[in-house]
Amino acid sequence: MAQTITQKILSKAANRKFVDAGESVWLNVDILLTHDVCGPPTFDIFKQEFGPDAKVWDPAKVVVLPDHYIFTANEHAHRNIDLLRQFAKEQKLEHYYDVGTDRYKGVCHVALAEEGFNLPGTVLFGTDSHTCTSGAFGMFGTGIGNTDAAFILGTGKLWEKVPESILFTFDGKMPAYLTAKDLILQILGDITTDGATYRAMEFDGEAIFSLPMEERMTLTNMAIEAGGMNGIIAADTIAESYVKARSQKPYELFQSDPDARYHSKYRYNVAELEPVVAQPHSPDNRATVRSVQGTKITKSYIGSCTGGKLTDFVMAARILKGQRVSVTTNIVPATVKVARDLETELYDGQSLKKIFEDAGCSIALPSCAACLGGPADTVGRSVDNDVVVSTTNRNFPGRMGSKHAGVYLASPLTAAASAITGKLTDPRDFL
Amino acid sequence: METIIQGKAYVLGKNIDTDQIIPAEHLVYSLSDPEEVILYGKYALSGVPPQQGGLPQGNIPFIEEGRCHSAFTIIIAGPNFGCGSSREHAPFALKVAGVQAIVAESYARIFYRNCVDGGFAIPYETAEQLNQLIKTGDELKIDVEANTIENLTSEVTYKLNPLGDVFNIVEAGGIFAYARQEHLMPQG
Repeated sequence: MAQTITQKILSKAANRKFVDAGESVWLNVDILLTHDVCGPPTFDIFKQEFGPDAKVWDPAKVVVLPDHYIFTANEHAHRNIDLLRQFAKEQKLEHYYDVGTDRYKGVCHVALAEEGFNLPGTVLFGTDSHTCTSGAFGMFGTGIGNTDAAFILGTGKLWEKVPESILFTFDGKMPAYLTAKDLILQILGDITTDGATYRAMEFDGEAIFSLPMEERMTLTNMAIEAGGMNGIIAADTIAESYVKARSQKPYELFQSDPDARYHSKYRYNVAELEPVVAQPHSPDNRATVRSVQGTKITKSYIGSCTGGKLTDFVMAARILKGQRVSVTTNIVPATVKVARDLETELYDGQSLKKIFEDAGCSIALPSCAACLGGPADTVGRSVDNDVVVSTTNRNFPGRMGSKHAGVYLASPLTAAASAITGKLTDPRDFL
Repeated sequence: METIIQGKAYVLGKNIDTDQIIPAEHLVYSLSDPEEVILYGKYALSGVPPQQGGLPQGNIPFIEEGRCHSAFTIIIAGPNFGCGSSREHAPFALKVAGVQAIVAESYARIFYRNCVDGGFAIPYETAEQLNQLIKTGDELKIDVEANTIENLTSEVTYKLNPLGDVFNIVEAGGIFAYARQEHLMPQG
């Protein structure tokens, strides 16, 4: 029977030859990811259900990456880090990346890729909705809650309903002004925030396979914004060389069968697409930048798992080199590695860090920061009636802090161009 | 599992995301310390813009000032309830506030799973646009066996979609209770 790549990976994890869309199956889990917001309550449930002396099913398969509320004076947030530290010590978790040490990484979805945890053909569950990001590596990744995560901690298994898949094919060569963010915002406008609920979003086509891994991660990252269970791109040579440079572990490549059954298919030619934003207050509220050009903004924010990777900052630097921003512009590298790369990566002979500093941006320490608002003292948190252009993933009311603020989701190119003019600006004006 | 759920309706619109159900700044409280747990009740649905809370009139607070429990125990909403983050703090907050059931046109997957596997409020789906037909404050009665919801205020009964696959987990009270019942894990 023909299967999609998602079906094939789930078949393998369920020890089956074939799984059909719609059936519920028990899966063997390769990696469980958690962080400072959902880790402590997950560990609580684990102990309550499996006993105070219970041990996790496989300490080598649990990855704990604190990243949400790190650089804050909030004492409850500090307590959550203490709880992670305590559990990691007691359970001898080798993959705990403690705050305040050399091991600290930053935003979990980006760190998973950097540290070689993303392996084609594997199954990842995480207590974070953007766990779907890892699907860029030809693997299954999806978000779950604390109870499900506690169940995995004790058993290494979880039930899941095999999703139908939607196929998004992007033909053509990517124009210099277009980014993966524009592609996913285009899709969101077409299928809306529940257009892929309980489904897999599979991406392919010439334009997709020309993208570097970090751009592919932007696409799969926002599958959840359409309600998708997972986003997935079959691993190719670009993916394999990224993985091999970071891991010696075995992996398995899967591809959808040509006659696999899909819920629906969408086809785009990238040459016909243009830079877009998602207007307040929903990621599917799409408009071309040209059509809302001139809308005044009070802040530009470049960061998060979606838009705080090195390739995002290279794009921003292309626009910001030799320019000055006219509104508060926060540069928030996703991880410590990205932060270091800002110092060493050159664009047109200058480091990205220097370009951003000369342009008047402020560079923050790596964490999730204001993408989800966070405690009151979080860097970049929106206040009052802020109008923010942001490379993050969600713009529901209050998402970045203030309930009265409006957030325009955009590519790093658009966020950078808008930072210069103080108004929503099409990046083609600066390229 | 109770067979009848009765209570007052709190009506909301579509795409109520988890930041509206429990804003991210409140996710720092313990979910096990009783003194902190009640804060989740206090801030439940505090991210909903006031004019969109308690439809059709709006500006009806879900939780009264200084309280941790709501006078409303059944949520009626449009499509895609619980979209956004994976935070189980969201159905947890609704439960602490006293919510027993949610009736929406559809749910985001993670929120739905969390409701079922965590044994929080029962997530019913309905083909009808109940948030256009029911008013905040109406007295409602859900018949769990018949899969119906009766509006006692207007004396109209609507059908609910059967819970299907997840009924057994809901009936057991969550994934752990279900797994023990099915001998998928040791008895606790």
